[in-house]
Amino acid sequence: MEWILFVSQVLNGLQLGILLFLLAAGLTLVFGIMNFINLAHGSLYMMGAYFCVTLTSLLGSFPLAVLLSIPLTFVLGIAIERLVVRHLYQRDHLDQVLATFGLILFFNGAVHLLWGAEGNPIRLPDYLNGRVTLLAGIEIPAFRLAIIATGLMVAGGLIWLVGKTRMGMLIRAGASNRRMAGALGVDIKKLFTLVFALGAAMAGLAGMMIAPITEAYIGMGDDILIVALVVIIIGGIGSIRGAFVAALLVGMIDVMGRAYLDSFMKLFMNIQSAETASPALSAMAIYILMAGILYFRPRGLFPPKHR
Amino acid sequence: MRIDKLALISLAMAAIFGAAPTIAADKVKIGFVATLTTPAAVIGNDMKDAFELAYAHIGGKMAGLEVEIIYEDDGFKPEIGKQKTDKLVKQDDVDFITGYIWSHVLLASRKSALDAGIFMISANAGPHQMAGKLCHKNFFSTSWQNDQTPMALGEVLNQRGVKSLYIMSPNYAAGKDMAAGVERTFTGEIKGKDMTKWGKDAQLDFSAELAKAKASGAEAIFAFYPGKAGGAFINQYMQAGLDGRMALYTVYTVDALSLPKFQKADMKGVLGSLMTQFWSPDLDTPQNKIFVSAFLEKYGRYPSFYAAQSYDTLFFIKSAVEAVGGDLSDMDGMRAAMEKADYPSVRGPYTYGNNHFPIQNFYLREAATDSEGRWTTKIISTVYTSHQDIYAQECKL
Amino acid sequence: MIAVLLAFAVLPGVTAILEQPFLLDLALRIMILSCAAVSLNLILGYGGMISFGHAAYIGIGAYALGIPAYYGAYSGYLQLPLAIGAGALFALVTGFICLRTKGVYFIMITLAFAQMAYFAFVSIEEYGGDDGLVIDRRSTFTGIVDMEANLEFYYVTFAFLLGALFLVSRIVNARFGMVVQGAKSNEARMQSLGFDTFRYRLSCYVIAGAMAAAAGWLMGNYNYFFSPEMMSWTRSGELIFMVVLGGAGSLFGPVLGAVVLIILEEQLSGATVYWPLVLGAILVAVVIFARGGIDGAIAKLERRK
Repeated sequence: MEWILFVSQVLNGLQLGILLFLLAAGLTLVFGIMNFINLAHGSLYMMGAYFCVTLTSLLGSFPLAVLLSIPLTFVLGIAIERLVVRHLYQRDHLDQVLATFGLILFFNGAVHLLWGAEGNPIRLPDYLNGRVTLLAGIEIPAFRLAIIATGLMVAGGLIWLVGKTRMGMLIRAGASNRRMAGALGVDIKKLFTLVFALGAAMAGLAGMMIAPITEAYIGMGDDILIVALVVIIIGGIGSIRGAFVAALLVGMIDVMGRAYLDSFMKLFMNIQSAETASPALSAMAIYILMAGILYFRPRGLFPPKHR
Repeated sequence: MRIDKLALISLAMAAIFGAAPTIAADKVKIGFVATLTTPAAVIGNDMKDAFELAYAHIGGKMAGLEVEIIYEDDGFKPEIGKQKTDKLVKQDDVDFITGYIWSHVLLASRKSALDAGIFMISANAGPHQMAGKLCHKNFFSTSWQNDQTPMALGEVLNQRGVKSLYIMSPNYAAGKDMAAGVERTFTGEIKGKDMTKWGKDAQLDFSAELAKAKASGAEAIFAFYPGKAGGAFINQYMQAGLDGRMALYTVYTVDALSLPKFQKADMKGVLGSLMTQFWSPDLDTPQNKIFVSAFLEKYGRYPSFYAAQSYDTLFFIKSAVEAVGGDLSDMDGMRAAMEKADYPSVRGPYTYGNNHFPIQNFYLREAATDSEGRWTTKIISTVYTSHQDIYAQECKL
Repeated sequence: MIAVLLAFAVLPGVTAILEQPFLLDLALRIMILSCAAVSLNLILGYGGMISFGHAAYIGIGAYALGIPAYYGAYSGYLQLPLAIGAGALFALVTGFICLRTKGVYFIMITLAFAQMAYFAFVSIEEYGGDDGLVIDRRSTFTGIVDMEANLEFYYVTFAFLLGALFLVSRIVNARFGMVVQGAKSNEARMQSLGFDTFRYRLSCYVIAGAMAAAAGWLMGNYNYFFSPEMMSWTRSGELIFMVVLGGAGSLFGPVLGAVVLIILEEQLSGATVYWPLVLGAILVAVVIFARGGIDGAIAKLERRK
């Protein structure tokens, strides 16, 4: 059934989008509030996945491992912020890019040393390994459904945190006007550490969610990081709502491109070329999207006010 | 920090300048280019382990000469592979250069090795260009030509009466060869083909493609996903509920490297899947028995086909060196010996075609459990006997 | 600076005596990447335009060499101008769009264009796609120089490096360069002085792109190989590293940066398979503790004396 396939692909796009959101949310907050470009965000994604690998095999339970790995990644985030990131807030973006690029190398080497070169799979419990049948005979792997549910929960939690709590108010204040917030007596240092660690934990969660599908491996965060950067630019730096919308958009485009672009291209070029060109072109699509959006909305879709 | 930095530069330059080359005519120097970093290092390490085992088995000597092996990492990149080839050839003065897991790395390094007038032996990669137009008198393969293995699989599909197939393969030199190989011999209908993104940020989430495969209604799915992608693919194949619905036929995906992982993660869907290959751990030849049992004992795991090829390569080189009594300047003599393939290979006796690629058997294998409960592959039947690759006529040798 | 240049100049003689031909290869790589780093320094160091897509030009230069070679056209008289022209054109078109943005948006947009170029070339099956293609012969300049001969190729590359340094120093010290540097520190002021900063920056950007494409042409010749990998964003990152490590905004800094980074990579990767860990730690430390890079450090040293 053609439309069953279509709905499956939409769900796939949704799942990818949710994962991207988990990764992008932390990135956009850190960038928006601390004006800090963190290329090593992808490394936190990777570390979360590896923590989960080890804990899953130690504890024998994936859900338990996730529950423990999240605070572990949070703590790692605190450590990185204190040791490296903190020294770079006053420096220009270039220095930040370079230092975090160095961190990427460092973590890739560390993971190789501690876990070996091979990819590490994560064993899912049986109830997550099966399929769930939604209405009208549409099947989706249970785990992907779990990812969507988890992601939506975290998104909801984040929106509640930022919108409805005192902590969130401080974060928003810091995003709008850091100096003023500091002048008004907010402990900026602690706030920054907290935001960074929060972003780290979310990135780690995204890594833990993807690892049972693709295995945890060295450098897994490096290229999805670029996609996450594109997402936050499209969404507007510092905006969680923007990150959510942009992440879903990008996820959809990527999956739909892979699913339908080659059939589309076969309409007017030979099969051989279409088959080689379409994966590359669907990869290009998100950059074209970003360039286009920046042209009409130079600040992204939902930039926070007063930036 | 500043003085240190200056010192670092001068130290570094001095270190390089100071490194004197060893011109030793009393050694056989072998360069080995493989992937030793990145997740694909699991393959490089397997090959290195086998090469070291072979080294121990020949007593570290060939024709009375000491053997020195220098390993270099290609980082899974053609440019680096070429650079390391240059280093081995120009700085380390190796007499033989081998290894080469990846077709694109081999193709990029070819000129550096062959222009230097030494023997280049591919212990894995078998791109069709090297078998055809770019064949060279000093190039030999101890593995196979990429297309052969999937061609054998296409034949298997025909024999088993499979009428429709969905193909998934990565979009690079070998990936294209594999897809082309199956398409060449399979007589049924190909319902769809997806060439997924490869390279350093290879696509590992196949949700879109697997959904398409399922919807296509094809009877079986053919996949080629070496290295880390293999684990991801099998995992998702099972998660999508395809095991039991679309029979799985693979090449170079399910092997001794990935099976232990699958077993640990209890991915039962892989058992019973079928594949073709020129060798299997249970192949009954004298050399193979020695090799597999020694490998199992030393490393605690089954060797992969990569390891088998690697092991063979050292004995292959030895046969050439001994044929000329250790006179490494006698290239013609060594070449003549190599062309005879007169050495104990784990695959049994075989011959070489004009393009220096093996003419050998291909077997149908199945992923199964051995007597001790370990997951491994077992031979079911012989698909091709003394099969030669189809590019040999394009080779001018 | 003179010392290092002299070292490069006499290196072929030295390596011949020491019988270390591989050193020439290393030096060649350093020189070629230095050319690219010097061109990046022009816009990044002097102009304050942080381009994260500069490696795209290296790739364009290499493809401008490789595509004609694929069809059998090996003439350097065709390939080199093609490389420079293509680089300049790409810089003109993308720069026109990118330079309308600032700060992190500029970084991202330059990255985006480089990624687009990367994926575009990956998608072209004919020229190897992801695997790239091997080139059979280097550019031919019949009658003038034989690029196949390693010694001559070495000196051609050396000449390019000298030329790049010369060009940048002239630009920077000329009025044109002053405007660009002025725009880096305070654009509003430059504009109020009547300069169309956009035009000046765009010209600078185009020149840098053309220079980097020439470096790419050299790189393709050196390797006898070209692939989309040459324009990946990690390559762009490495170039930025060379510039900053050496000292952005200093003429010779990028060359020093290239020397140190490549030698470090070479030595470390030979020493241990976990070299990213060491290199990463070094880079983080350098950024945090050594502002101004190597060149700045040397300057501080000299001032201390």
